[in-house]
Amino acid sequence: MIPIYHRRRFVNRFNMTFSVLVTALGILFLAWILGTLLYYGVAGVSLALFTENTPAPGNQGGLLNAIFGSALLTLLGIGMGAPVGILAGTFLAEYANTSKFTRRVADATRFINDILLSAPSILIGLFVYVICVVPTHHFSAWAGAISLALIALPVVVRTSEDMLHLVPNDLREAATALGAPRWKVVVRVSYRAARAGILTGVLLAVARIAGETAPLLFTALNNQFWSSDVNAPMANLPVVIFQFALSPYADWQSLAWAGALLVTASILGLNIFVRMTLGKKQRG
Amino acid sequence: MAVADAASGRTAAAPPFRTTRSSGRVGDRLFYLTTLSFAILVLLILAGIMVSLAHGSWPAFHKLGFAFFYSSTWNPVTEVFGALPPIYGTLVTSIIAILIGVPISLGIVIVLTELAPDWLKRPISTAVELLAAIPSIIYGMWGLFVFVPFFKAYIQPGLGEILSPIPIVGALFSGPPFGVGILTAGIILAIMILPFISAVMRDVFETVPPMLRESAYGLGATTWEVVWNVILPYTRTSVVGAVMLGLGRALGETMAVTFVIGNSHDISASLFLPGATISSTIANEFTEAVGDVYSSSLIALGLTLFFITFVVLVIAKLMLKQLASKVRG
Repeated sequence: MIPIYHRRRFVNRFNMTFSVLVTALGILFLAWILGTLLYYGVAGVSLALFTENTPAPGNQGGLLNAIFGSALLTLLGIGMGAPVGILAGTFLAEYANTSKFTRRVADATRFINDILLSAPSILIGLFVYVICVVPTHHFSAWAGAISLALIALPVVVRTSEDMLHLVPNDLREAATALGAPRWKVVVRVSYRAARAGILTGVLLAVARIAGETAPLLFTALNNQFWSSDVNAPMANLPVVIFQFALSPYADWQSLAWAGALLVTASILGLNIFVRMTLGKKQRG
Repeated sequence: MAVADAASGRTAAAPPFRTTRSSGRVGDRLFYLTTLSFAILVLLILAGIMVSLAHGSWPAFHKLGFAFFYSSTWNPVTEVFGALPPIYGTLVTSIIAILIGVPISLGIVIVLTELAPDWLKRPISTAVELLAAIPSIIYGMWGLFVFVPFFKAYIQPGLGEILSPIPIVGALFSGPPFGVGILTAGIILAIMILPFISAVMRDVFETVPPMLRESAYGLGATTWEVVWNVILPYTRTSVVGAVMLGLGRALGETMAVTFVIGNSHDISASLFLPGATISSTIANEFTEAVGDVYSSSLIALGLTLFFITFVVLVIAKLMLKQLASKVRG
């Protein structure tokens, strides 16, 4: 055969083999991380994990206060972030083409939103520290929830806009032709048609903020005891994991692994659930 | 006007109709203004971050001046702070992440778009996307307790032996194998940014008209030649955008890096030695910082990170703009 053909075939085979190998490597890393979590995490899972608060070093205990804190912070965060995000997304999808002014605002918002989407979460934490913690002179669950809301916001804006864009214009036109005012068209027709998609976006945002650690380090801080006071520091899983994992105590480290398993299992579970329900309608 | 009509109640049929229209008009205005103000709020958040960080870092810049950016002293006792080591660490770990992450992402995208049979595409892409869903802190724990010992025992000594005799490059891979360090942080960052780069790259690859691809195959090009000579030149700008997006992620990544970088404020030539990044320094020291200048210096580090990532992400956005218009039509 002609030598150049040999070379081309070799280059092709080499690069394709490389591609397959690195893909396998990527999946191997996922399996390795999940395997590690199961191996160390399952050992730490017990009933006490859900019934007792975080212990002092060397004592037995669980993660009850941290689980509660994380759930509350995530709930408050999404409760503030989602409505704002959905309404901003509504503007981008439904009102962007009304006039020159709205088009400019929409373009700028899209641009900035995409930047916020990838902005380092630790900067959100610093920002909330400066605007919430410094004026009040203390760390609080509120500050933590606000920083989580700011991280959830761009995710919700993006998905809400995309999902509203998928609603066929015929539906809007039909409703308008029947005499419905614009806001009713949006609320009764567009929202209803895009409901599943918007909910998906909110769930993805929950998955995104549930494991966030950096922005909570200097906003919600941590609390070794049970606390449901939103004006005081509150325990939360990510920061407890951070603190316990880097501690020299075996009990704490084992709790950190159990917490890590808990967080990852819920987040991946949520992601897979969303994918499965959405997968029926869209490409994965 | 409509309200007046309704109040006078001239006909039986007209009022309900008119009232609906008038409430429609007020409702429209209200709803429009609400959505508009939330859209503007998104804009204000970014401005707010910038202003508040600038405000918070003022005491540090006031005391330390421009030396903050090029000094490498970090001394909380004498309150002299220099940002050079963390800036260096941030850039070097991110560059390592890109050097490792981009070829792997390209490989994954080639598998997903050209090689894998249809029934395998979904599981592979889901697995890769799940890598993005795992929280940063989990990467950190896995990195410190599992990857670092493995890397230290099996990879690092061999890597050092093979590469350290080479001039120049050797200096990067010399020194004792600690396990933790800049290289380890870079590798873990590479795994973390894989899903972001490959997801965007895959979308980009799908904008290539099938006609181009099929023509090349028709001329007898191999799969690699189609990717390298047709798809990549066609999508060049957007691919660079995807890489920049990954870079933006890597620059600001905090928790994973904090676990494995070793946290040292020294700049060393070897990638095996510990270092620090901007975000790891903030995460480690912020709650313990006493004194205005110390905490203000950490906020100033945050401001520096803000500007670096902002520039990178803006470039990424601009390069991906073509893609957006192609996809949105």
